[in-house]
Amino acid sequence: MSTTTTRGVAETAAAETSPSRPRRGLRSNATLNFWLFTGPFLIGLVIFVFVPIGWSVWLSFFDARYTVTPSHFIGFDNYKQILTNSNFPDSLLTFTVFATFIVPTTWALSLGLALLVNQLRFMRAFFRSVFFLPTAVSYVAAALIWKMSLFTGVRFGLANTVLGWFGVDNIAYLSNPSPPWYWVVIVTLRLWIQSGFYMILFLAALQNIPAELYEAAEIDGAKRGWQTFRYITLPQLRATSTAVILLLLIAAYQAFDEFYNLITTKATWAQTPLMELYKAALGTNQDYGAGSAGAVILSLLICIVTLAQGKIMGFGRGEESK
Amino acid sequence: MTTTAPQLGKKKEKKRGGILGNTGLYVAVSIAALLFLIPFYLILRNALSTDPEITGENWKLLPSFQWGNISELFDDQTVQFGRALWNSTVVAVLMTLGTLLVCSLAGYGLARIPYKHSTKVFYVVLATLMVPTAVTFVPSFVLVSSLGWVDTYRGLIIPGLFSGFTCFLFRQYFLGFPKELEEAARVDGLGYWGAYWRIVVPNSLNFFAAIATITFISGWNAFLWPLVIGQDPGSWTVQIALSSFITNQTVNFHLIFMATAVSILPLVFVFLFLQRWLVQGIAQTGIKG
Repeated sequence: MSTTTTRGVAETAAAETSPSRPRRGLRSNATLNFWLFTGPFLIGLVIFVFVPIGWSVWLSFFDARYTVTPSHFIGFDNYKQILTNSNFPDSLLTFTVFATFIVPTTWALSLGLALLVNQLRFMRAFFRSVFFLPTAVSYVAAALIWKMSLFTGVRFGLANTVLGWFGVDNIAYLSNPSPPWYWVVIVTLRLWIQSGFYMILFLAALQNIPAELYEAAEIDGAKRGWQTFRYITLPQLRATSTAVILLLLIAAYQAFDEFYNLITTKATWAQTPLMELYKAALGTNQDYGAGSAGAVILSLLICIVTLAQGKIMGFGRGEESK
Repeated sequence: MTTTAPQLGKKKEKKRGGILGNTGLYVAVSIAALLFLIPFYLILRNALSTDPEITGENWKLLPSFQWGNISELFDDQTVQFGRALWNSTVVAVLMTLGTLLVCSLAGYGLARIPYKHSTKVFYVVLATLMVPTAVTFVPSFVLVSSLGWVDTYRGLIIPGLFSGFTCFLFRQYFLGFPKELEEAARVDGLGYWGAYWRIVVPNSLNFFAAIATITFISGWNAFLWPLVIGQDPGSWTVQIALSSFITNQTVNFHLIFMATAVSILPLVFVFLFLQRWLVQGIAQTGIKG
């Protein structure tokens, strides 16, 4: 890497030492330089992002079992198939419910943590680090702890141990769909990993709220606490809230890692849309057509949800108040 | 604005200190912190325990500190955990370097080089942000396997380098970079390349460090793509190796938890050490899922 960079510097430096007016030489070279800078990225973007997307859409209209260069055009049959003959629609529904629960919960917890940490005068960095630290942990590692130590179905798991002190019987959290205790496992895991990250965003936003606003509100007779929070803090956090909710929504629909590791793939419950796609395309059937059709549907759904959220929360207004 | 904001923040804090009362505030925040630390404690406790201590009925707070578990994990021939650690290190480091190089150059080009179609190119990059990346894993896998890159570092690293989002962050950052510095460099006869490498990059190390930390963490923690690409155990990353413990359960509990601890600890150290940049970067840029 270092060799190419020094060569690049030497070359351009030599080419551009037209001694009298260097600026003009630069301008005429702008086009070339633009492609020199952005070219490698754009080529990669086309090959590894645009081609797969296009290929996916193309595959979704073909009979593509065990093959990725199909010849039999079947129109919307793949879409029909994945929407009727699989668990994919169920997973979409489940995850819409999941999203409507996990998004506000994470939003509230991360905002709550940010408000707490923001008021600290001592050891603020320490507590911020503690809440932020889980961001470094992978969903796989967290799933391992949750499944094998916190929420094992047996007595040696921490949750059942604690419940045992109160005389509660062991709960089989993950091996049984009813009652759906597995949501406790999934939700606590997500809250633990995600909240610290969004707390940082809220902390940054909180620190950008001008103190004059609070002073003015006090003069107007607003009580500190709930009233200032409701009428000043919350509206001022609008832009950040919009971004946080958007990211949480996308993350909820793209959930994969912890579900793959917590819930057996043979289970019919709590399968995420991505897991259904994974099973359709890379499972025993290797049905790339149906998998691609599902990917197109999921992408469209995420886009619609995103746009709807933008409409409701108001991206434009959010930007202004920033 | 940016310089006065922190001061105002401080003033506000002092005034609002009395709302909850300091004791109540610290009790609440300490309880929350304890809850957040429980999983870390469990990993360390179980990693340094014997199996009977982990699965036994009588729950003990402290393990018997079996430091031998570390060497046992790496001596175990059935898991190839050392190999997985090495793979993850190679992937995460090369991915970080590659992303920084490719995306920062593109971001700079888009932000600073006057070219009449640059806005259109920027829209092309923006368009990729709309499609969730995890959704394209099927065609990406098809593409990478038709290139013959399954089970290779190339397959693990290269498709991840072209992040429209990172490019976008770099562009936004470079738009705010003081123009005067570059103009001085131009008067001295440096071209775009020269100005970029000698002036812009050395003065942007904080931002590069922030992006590097974020990219390294997401590279190290990536799961879906390595799962799809890594068919042969020799090409497994740490996350895939860990996952195989959960699904196969052929390994003993203390080894599973030692493996988890070993997979997390380096990142936690990186994390605590680079936190300043990380927090700054996230706060500055806003986002990274």
